[in-house]
Amino acid sequence: MKLADVGVGKKVKVQKNSAHDYLKERFLALGLTRGAEVEVLRKGPKNNLTVYRIRGAMIALRNEESSFIEVT
Amino acid sequence: MGLTAQSVRLESLKDIYEIEKGHGQHVVALVGNPNTGKSTVFNYLTGLKQHTGNWPGKTVTSARGEYKYKGREYILVDLPGSYSLFTASKDEEVTRDFLCYGNYDAVVVVADATCLERNLNLLLQVSRLTKKAILCINLIDEAKKRNITIDRQGLENELKIPVVLTAARSGLGMDELKKAIESVSLKQGESEDLKNLSYLECGPEIREKITEQNYIYANELKKKYVKEDAGKLNRDKKIDDIITSQKYGIPIMLALLGLIFWLTVQGANLPSRVLGNFLFGLQYKLDALFKAMGVNDFIRSLLVDGAYRSLAWVVSVMLPPMAIFFPLFTLFEDLGYLPRVAFNLDHLFKKAGAHGKMCLTMCMGFGCNAAGVIGCRIIDSPRERLIAVITNNLVPCNGRFPLIIVLSAAFFAYTGTFIDSIIPALFITLMVIIGVFATLSVSYLLSGTILKGIPSTFTLELPPYRAPQLGRIIYSSIIDRTVFVLSRAAVVAAPAGAITWLLANIYVGDFSILIHAANLLEPLGRIIGLDGFILMAFIAGFPANETVIPVLLMAYMTTGRLTDFESIDSLRQILVSNGWTRLTAINAMLFSLLHWPCSTSLWTIKKETGSLKWTLAAFIIPTGIAFLVCFITAGLYRLVSG
Repeated sequence: MKLADVGVGKKVKVQKNSAHDYLKERFLALGLTRGAEVEVLRKGPKNNLTVYRIRGAMIALRNEESSFIEVT
Repeated sequence: MGLTAQSVRLESLKDIYEIEKGHGQHVVALVGNPNTGKSTVFNYLTGLKQHTGNWPGKTVTSARGEYKYKGREYILVDLPGSYSLFTASKDEEVTRDFLCYGNYDAVVVVADATCLERNLNLLLQVSRLTKKAILCINLIDEAKKRNITIDRQGLENELKIPVVLTAARSGLGMDELKKAIESVSLKQGESEDLKNLSYLECGPEIREKITEQNYIYANELKKKYVKEDAGKLNRDKKIDDIITSQKYGIPIMLALLGLIFWLTVQGANLPSRVLGNFLFGLQYKLDALFKAMGVNDFIRSLLVDGAYRSLAWVVSVMLPPMAIFFPLFTLFEDLGYLPRVAFNLDHLFKKAGAHGKMCLTMCMGFGCNAAGVIGCRIIDSPRERLIAVITNNLVPCNGRFPLIIVLSAAFFAYTGTFIDSIIPALFITLMVIIGVFATLSVSYLLSGTILKGIPSTFTLELPPYRAPQLGRIIYSSIIDRTVFVLSRAAVVAAPAGAITWLLANIYVGDFSILIHAANLLEPLGRIIGLDGFILMAFIAGFPANETVIPVLLMAYMTTGRLTDFESIDSLRQILVSNGWTRLTAINAMLFSLLHWPCSTSLWTIKKETGSLKWTLAAFIIPTGIAFLVCFITAGLYRLVSG
């Protein structure tokens, strides 16, 4: 499943980071590595951004980006 | 040859990475994730007043300061916040390169105690690179509030580097930090530190493996040495459920903006009047003094009516609102509200093909557009950075705010009822909304034409809300703004006043140079609902927008109807007697909001883009919009008023 498709309030584990280049590095830096726990906190205006709790920090991602993260 | 000291180090970089240090001096680098309070640590140690704020990416260039400890001198370098040494956004590059090639004696990795797991990744990277690392776990006061406890000794034993717990805002633990810096700096002198640069050269697969390992280890460390209270963690989530909700997010934002402006306008009223009375009263004394001293009439009038009068005007009109607006703004900044604004508005920026973080650079533009332009470095994609740079000027800066405040108060709220007190605030809010709208439209057009491309990736951290330090904010931002406004008044407004006075008093034929210039501009000014004098004042305001109103007043007053400026009401009378209507006021505000950037901003744009073409675009685009918008409003007004 893609992280973008996970409903609000759910907790998932990262399986694969299939982004490329710069975005991939940024994801890794933020702690979106294999096995990382991610909680879906909230959707923003127009469902454009979603806030996730990643490694204790609140990070907002667009759907375009969170689609690169595969989770279980 | 990969990323080695030899391949990257150019002669020109020398003064950036090789900090000149004298005998017995030590260089200390401050690194850390964005928004961990590095600048606060820096300010505490050096006693400098670097601007701090609760949002990631605030420090985009490295700052430098010095302090003494036990007779030794330390040069402190505050590097831009970085999540990792592997990623390379423009500001993160500065950090990485300094850590690779800098001649530092110690590196303090500042970590956020409330988010230690993520922060440890950077520490683990840094300690692979150099043996001079110190872990400074900052914001320990915030951690305490959330019932987070950290086993310092345990971490120190495990990591085998000094670990200190600090709350830089209150000075807690800062002595221990200085001690740790001392011991690392001195130990280092004994053996040359070999930087493990090959570590940063590995391919993407290996980097992913390393990061994965780092995080597994960081998670272990957190489980072992950090105790959390899950209940307290949810405080921010609850606040954010309202502040960033789909329904209330944007209305709350607009209401807060309006409230800030209302407080600014209301609060500035009285001090403005008092300052004005005092400074203009001084004008007569100064005049009398010069007369008594037998100073030549021409010189006396040049100094008093020209230089002093515009200085007094700028100080009395600019200082009070700025001294109120900025503390309020800083308050929201320190709370951590700005990233929430970016969060709420991202969908608009995305549609316009711009970067969501443009919100933050626009907010910086409120203070000064030149600063906003430099702040655009937080935007990674070159295309979107360029859009942000070109449009930054469409946010009214420090120098243009007062014009909007004063004109809206003078023309739309002069009867003194309560409703009137809201009107200027509404006008400014409206102007800001128009500015944002113009920004989005220009971004949309640019990203659809000459700057084609798809919106780049976007990750935004919403930092935890932090209690702002009220007293310190109010004190330091009032001092900050007072110094800023006073120095601008002295350096820019006084000379501008003197020059305008000269132009108004040197005659060529029957008219002064000023009148000739105004007459020349009159037809163009009329078309856009202004007049020649106003246009001329805006041109004269190119070095600094603060001078537009004083120059304009002087130009009007020297043409015969000499009135003293005492209050908003007398300002209105001067303007009305020179043919101003509400349209003129609206268009002057719009023109001020939308017109060309000041010379400092343009120079900064040239420096940041390195391109004459884009600098020119940054001049022409807003200017074109200003003329077009004013032309349209003038036409509409004439239609309506018949």
